[in-house]
Amino acid sequence: MDPRREFIHQLWRYKNGSISRRHFFGLTGLGVATAVLAQAMPELVGIRTAFAGNIGDKVSLATWPNYHDPKNFDKFKELTGAEVEVSVFGANEEFLAKLQAGGTGWDLFVPTNYTISTHASLGLIEPLELAKVPNYDISKQDARQISEGTVNGVVYAAAKDWGTTGFAVNTDKIKENPTTWKEFWDLTRGKYSGRVTVHDYQLTTIGNALKYYGYSFNSNDTKELADAEKLLIEAKPHLFAITSDYQPAFRNGDAWLGICWTGDGEQLHRDIPAIQYVLGREGGEIWTDFYAIPKSAPNREGGYALLNFLLDPAVNAAEAKFHGYATTDERVRQLLPKEILNDPIIYPAADLLKPLEFGAAATFTNPARAEILARFKSA
Amino acid sequence: MTGAGKRDWLAILLLTPATAVFLALLVLPIIVVIVLSLGERAEAGGYQMALTLAQYANLPARWTAFKNTLVMAPVGTVLCLLIAYPLAYYLAVLASPRAKVLLLILVILPFWTSFLIRTYAWIFILGGKGIPALLDYLGFADIRLINTPFAVMTGIVYAYLPLMVFPVYVSLERLDKRLLEASADLYAAPLATFRQVTLPLSAPGVVTGCMLVFILLMGEYLIPALLGGGKVFFVGNALVDLFLQSRNWPFGAACAVALVAVMLATVTIYLRVTLSNRAMREQSLV
Repeated sequence: MDPRREFIHQLWRYKNGSISRRHFFGLTGLGVATAVLAQAMPELVGIRTAFAGNIGDKVSLATWPNYHDPKNFDKFKELTGAEVEVSVFGANEEFLAKLQAGGTGWDLFVPTNYTISTHASLGLIEPLELAKVPNYDISKQDARQISEGTVNGVVYAAAKDWGTTGFAVNTDKIKENPTTWKEFWDLTRGKYSGRVTVHDYQLTTIGNALKYYGYSFNSNDTKELADAEKLLIEAKPHLFAITSDYQPAFRNGDAWLGICWTGDGEQLHRDIPAIQYVLGREGGEIWTDFYAIPKSAPNREGGYALLNFLLDPAVNAAEAKFHGYATTDERVRQLLPKEILNDPIIYPAADLLKPLEFGAAATFTNPARAEILARFKSA
Repeated sequence: MTGAGKRDWLAILLLTPATAVFLALLVLPIIVVIVLSLGERAEAGGYQMALTLAQYANLPARWTAFKNTLVMAPVGTVLCLLIAYPLAYYLAVLASPRAKVLLLILVILPFWTSFLIRTYAWIFILGGKGIPALLDYLGFADIRLINTPFAVMTGIVYAYLPLMVFPVYVSLERLDKRLLEASADLYAAPLATFRQVTLPLSAPGVVTGCMLVFILLMGEYLIPALLGGGKVFFVGNALVDLFLQSRNWPFGAACAVALVAVMLATVTIYLRVTLSNRAMREQSLV
């Protein structure tokens, strides 16, 4: 793609409420940008319907970029009269930080598996009233993927989608066919210096540095973390960027190798077939995103109505076709075309999934890991 | 009621809104930040009450961020000034009235688009398929621009230039052109006129512009985040990480207090030096 088309493409994605999977908008003043856009493009705001259903005229959803089919929100509005107000965030830490600070106004949000027990124990989310979510059929979900939605036997969150954290490789430029995290970090510090990106996210960047030594992705061991930090600091001068908004760098041809989430891998591969998505053979991360209702939800009923609507298999299938992540719901899979179900990026082979680890709550909340990432970034 | 009493009431009435805003939005938050900076990080992040200077003792851990900010902010300010001054001079002194309006509109125009989008656009201009591709075509292969201090500086000068142009322009616009004629009548060469008349008289604009740009640059976050690729780290970036990622409010608060302190010290020294210089020049002018 030439730069101009690329920029228009980015603007278009921006207009959709997103630029990348993680970490961009929340930190860069989405609120201001949205306000400016809403003024500049009134058609984005839509016309208020005359009647308002019993759930009010507005439901507020906090989610990740590129994660919903906007048409579904239009449909929800037709059905209920309530407008879905979407805010987009880039890191689980932000959901937690904002809920802890209070006054978010969110009725529904999308936390990842390893954060749910923390949200529950801090009293930030409420147990789901399953009677209000008849579309969430637990017996039809993949058991491995949804277990962390339940804390001490109580269901706090309903599964949305799952995915993995691997790396993207531009096979036009990189002929070594790397399949391990060991090769990833060796190529970074060697032949492809200046062409590699890593996430601006402690869980994945430190986790995959730990995999270089064969340690657990979730390690909180002081010595193992010190090894990972040493590797990161050594690699830093060889990195093109530390960012979770890495799609532009790959599309521009600046980055050839980088830590990558399923959906970004899928979107990059769709547009540029030479970019492949690889799961490190030593392992790495597998994750599930959930829907949860904050205790502070101003429109609790609206939150439940939106949750139930989005988990309707037909609606959810439209979502899956749009965002390119894997659904946890068997009923949704039956509605999806073969190309998606057989796509090795979205549904990797079982033997590649086996060594992957779910991120742990202790990994997410460990202040030592946060400090290591900060030192790495300011080194 | 006496006239004096009336005037007191009027003064109180007029000053109340500003004072309330000042107390609620400046003094109170600063007190909160100072209190936070003396506490400890709670187990799950956030703030826990304590009375300790540990956070301040930990400040050297963010030395690189302070160093980057303290180097890039003054350099950015000086570059803005060097580019803005000739432009403002042209606008105020040389341009015809019609051209002046057009050029002023051109300076203001970028403000009509979101700052975020304008900065994001630079990613594609400086990225591999932008200027480096052009340079490659001209025979300079493999030049990397994006995610370097150069890219951040480009973004800074681009974004802050208008903030420098306007104060300088206004001070030059107000300059009494007869003084320039008088200077020429007294056989001063154009350069001498500029050095001894124009420059000292535009000094207030220059001082204001520099303060405006410098203070905002010290808190800059977006430009290094987008054009530095996470590799050029300012104090602003450290603060965002501390509050939104590590959720270490006390350490974040300590960094913020340190930043304010550094800024106050720098601005005080700067004002002392420039004001005393100006006073001297004004004397010599009379």
